[in-house]
Amino acid sequence: MGQTLLQIEDLHTQFFTSRGVVRAVDGVSLHIDAGETLGVVGESGCGKTITALSVLRLVPEPGKITSGRILFRGRDVTKMEDEEIRDFRGSDVAMIFQDPMTSLNPVTKVGFQIEEAMTAHNRFSASLAKTRVVELLKRVRVPAAETRVKDYPHQFSGGMRQRAMIAMGLANEPSLLIADEPTTALDVTVQAQIIQLMKQLNRELGTAMMLITHNMALVASLCQRVVVMYAGRIVEEGPVEQIFRSPQHPYTWSLLRSVPRVDEARKDRLVSIRGLPPDLTNPPPGCKFHPRCPFVVDRCRVEEPSLGEVALNQVARCWVLMRNVKEEDVAAAKASALSIEAAQKLKADAEAAAAEVDSVAGS
Amino acid sequence: MATAIGLAGQVDWDVPEQTGLWKDAWVRFRRNRLAVAGLVVIVLMIVLALGARLPTAPGGLWRILHLTNEPFLQDVTNSYATPSLQHPLGTDILGRDQLSRILYGASISLTIGIVVQFLILGIGGSIGMAAGYFGGWIDNLLMRFTDIMYAFPDLLLVLVFVAAFGPSFWSIFIALGLVYWVGLARLVRGQVLSIKEKEYVEAAIMTGTSPLKLIVKHLVPNSLGPVIVTLTFGIPAAIFTEAALSFLGIGIRPPEPSWGVMIEDGYAGIFADPRQVIFPGIAVALTMLSFTFVGDGLRDALDPRMRR
Amino acid sequence: MTADPILLRVAGAFKHFPISGFGGGAVRAVDGVDLEIRRGETLGLVGESGCGKSTLARLITALLPATAGKIVFDGQDITRLKGWRLRRVRRKMQMIFQDPFASLDPRMTVGDILQEPLDNFAIGSMRDRRRRVQELLRLVGLNPNFTNRYPHEFSGGQRQRIGIARALAVNPSFIVCDEAVSALDVSIQAQIINLLQDLQKEFQLTYLFIAHDLAVVRHLSDRIAVMYLGKVVETAGRNDIYERPQHPYTKALLSSIPVPDPAVERERAPISLKGEIPSPVNPPSGCRFHPRCPIARVPGICSEQEPPLEPHGARDQVAACHFAGQA
Repeated sequence: MGQTLLQIEDLHTQFFTSRGVVRAVDGVSLHIDAGETLGVVGESGCGKTITALSVLRLVPEPGKITSGRILFRGRDVTKMEDEEIRDFRGSDVAMIFQDPMTSLNPVTKVGFQIEEAMTAHNRFSASLAKTRVVELLKRVRVPAAETRVKDYPHQFSGGMRQRAMIAMGLANEPSLLIADEPTTALDVTVQAQIIQLMKQLNRELGTAMMLITHNMALVASLCQRVVVMYAGRIVEEGPVEQIFRSPQHPYTWSLLRSVPRVDEARKDRLVSIRGLPPDLTNPPPGCKFHPRCPFVVDRCRVEEPSLGEVALNQVARCWVLMRNVKEEDVAAAKASALSIEAAQKLKADAEAAAAEVDSVAGS
Repeated sequence: MATAIGLAGQVDWDVPEQTGLWKDAWVRFRRNRLAVAGLVVIVLMIVLALGARLPTAPGGLWRILHLTNEPFLQDVTNSYATPSLQHPLGTDILGRDQLSRILYGASISLTIGIVVQFLILGIGGSIGMAAGYFGGWIDNLLMRFTDIMYAFPDLLLVLVFVAAFGPSFWSIFIALGLVYWVGLARLVRGQVLSIKEKEYVEAAIMTGTSPLKLIVKHLVPNSLGPVIVTLTFGIPAAIFTEAALSFLGIGIRPPEPSWGVMIEDGYAGIFADPRQVIFPGIAVALTMLSFTFVGDGLRDALDPRMRR
Repeated sequence: MTADPILLRVAGAFKHFPISGFGGGAVRAVDGVDLEIRRGETLGLVGESGCGKSTLARLITALLPATAGKIVFDGQDITRLKGWRLRRVRRKMQMIFQDPFASLDPRMTVGDILQEPLDNFAIGSMRDRRRRVQELLRLVGLNPNFTNRYPHEFSGGQRQRIGIARALAVNPSFIVCDEAVSALDVSIQAQIINLLQDLQKEFQLTYLFIAHDLAVVRHLSDRIAVMYLGKVVETAGRNDIYERPQHPYTKALLSSIPVPDPAVERERAPISLKGEIPSPVNPPSGCRFHPRCPIARVPGICSEQEPPLEPHGARDQVAACHFAGQA
């Protein structure tokens, strides 16, 4: 693989709120090689988006990067001057968001916005930028690109807007594209087109990609390597094939088995993770996942495991590891979601009520 | 505990600490210092006004306690007296004690300001609710009528009504109510229209809630927040209008000492003794400002988007 | 009386929303739908945004009046019912909503929310009702002592359970789930899906499960109906529709869904549809899928004649396509 493009070392990003310090990103280290696609998965609030925003130094108030280094081609992003960081954003790294409507200016023509993204960084002359806009829109397969540059964002459909956003992201030929849930707001058929497009762009232009999503299927479709985050920490990391075939962290395992697959006939209950993600102002002691983990042992409650190698290129943060979990424990993780006793009482009530109605109707 | 109840299922047993809706709003209201100060001033003003009115007025409790004088007692030998221990704010042209007149006037201004809001709520609230709830031609009819009312300048319309009813406390009260309901009607209609689209209203209909219950239990409570804020802002507006009317001589009739009447009285001799205008003016300004601050505080406190 | 295996029958249902202002016209949200839901089954209804599935749900639950057509529930035509007659139907028919944050009245406590249906239908004494509210909370895995809490104190998954408990309060036989799990995080989504399955088994419920996520629909449903632009284009058993889709739109839809398996993903080739979903104000002539269809014959039968829903493929499978089953 290519050389390291982005290296995050022990990143801590915290939010200083009235309720206390929220440790949104709590010691994350990861790297992306040139041309590589890395998936960062986890549920809302796990810190995946804040990690991405930290790379661009766009963490919203009252958040702050409190420690750690973010090296992009050896330069530390956390130490960049204002001017340097502005140049870095957009020309070295571009980000596309879930809802393209919020990042496009509704009163400016789409073509002009893309043009502006180019001229702002002085990479292209004004005249060159104009011709490149059409080229870019063609590249992201916007039909009739020559006429559509003159349209306003509201004249674009959701899928076309996301294409325009990607075109704008690619305008300055960045070496890293960060995509935060780029397809979540789109319909499935449109989603498929955007995934297809992103695959092609990665192949054609060699742009490295950091895909932030909760959708495991999307990761399987687009990424070579995957990082799983939980409560501000990386809990597992490895090549996509390996992680999907033999996940070792119970959280990764649960995530993979909590979503049904469209290509499989129903054979089994879904694994549901009990309870809620922890409150990050007051995370649980020991392993952050232990209150929700179906395979918890005593050690998990007191001592937090570190990321340990579990297979070639695969690391996981767990004392137990899935390969040591017994079959019957797996079955217990799929137990009934109902209170049987309450169900029986309610049923008895219903029968009594039905009997009453019948007797009234009969009389 | 979970095993004692015999649960086979997975249970979300924990919930963050309880924060009642109104309690939550009160916590946020308290963070706004100006609003709290405004509230303190208003409460103080109400206590003083009640004291000046309740125990066998005029002059009331404060006169009995020998804190102020009788507001209607004239003493022409002592006109335009400078502030002294006996008359803390001096006297007017007829030698009447200014402090007791301002306190007595507070009862009139506050009564008008606050009671008119109930009339506004009654008229505007029901018109807005009917327009929003029923929609269609009822909405069209009611809203066009509202637009017509809106097209007239407020003060002019009040003048017309007062002239029609003849100047008295009650005619001002009714005139203000008949004019100022328009904004509230529009607000309530907008609220109802947006709440009607909410899934919880659909859910309530699905669970067999009758139309009347739907209005009382869902539409009214959920539109209450902005309505309270609007009515709070309406109080200073009504107080000001009353003062303006009285100043123009068609509001409260002398010798009743409404603040507007006092300013008008003092205006004649403004160069002889500017205090005659300044003290009641301060009273009007302070009251209006306090209600405005409280309204601001309520708006932030009752806005669900402001919740942490 | 309960012999009829069909619990709900939708016959030729239309819902047009008139567009105000000059020019007129109407959004043809539901444009001639025939559908049957059998007792005890889960019928999945899928389609992309704007296909009319949520409107159809509101026609079935009589939250919206149909422009034309008939909805027969449990042998009774409910299309024109009003007032208490309609309310009485709703004892048997309930709905679970999409947005757990918007579907609970923020000004009411959880206890009041769950008690409202019991009050409305005068079920049991006051004491019975209070006890029943606690049982309902316990049933869906929530602490029964939290009746005096407000919805905003709960998480999304917990609120969705409250919404489910409310739907169950009156012992319905039929529940419409309108995107009931779409707004939830994956792990919470699994909790709710399992809960819905367990409830169905325990209370012999019939579900209409509406979602845009085909994987979830396939997991939960016995039969699946696919909607496109206000019409049902295909209905079949959950495995038949995946293994032998007859309508080209169903095929495209299914091929678009990524699978959490890198080995499968490397091989998957989604069928890319041309263009975008046309406006429901002015749907295309003939088969309304023809402008985007990879196998349409245009000009020809596809752009001229609207195909009816006819049996194709497996037993119990119908599709509205002139060239059903052809690649």
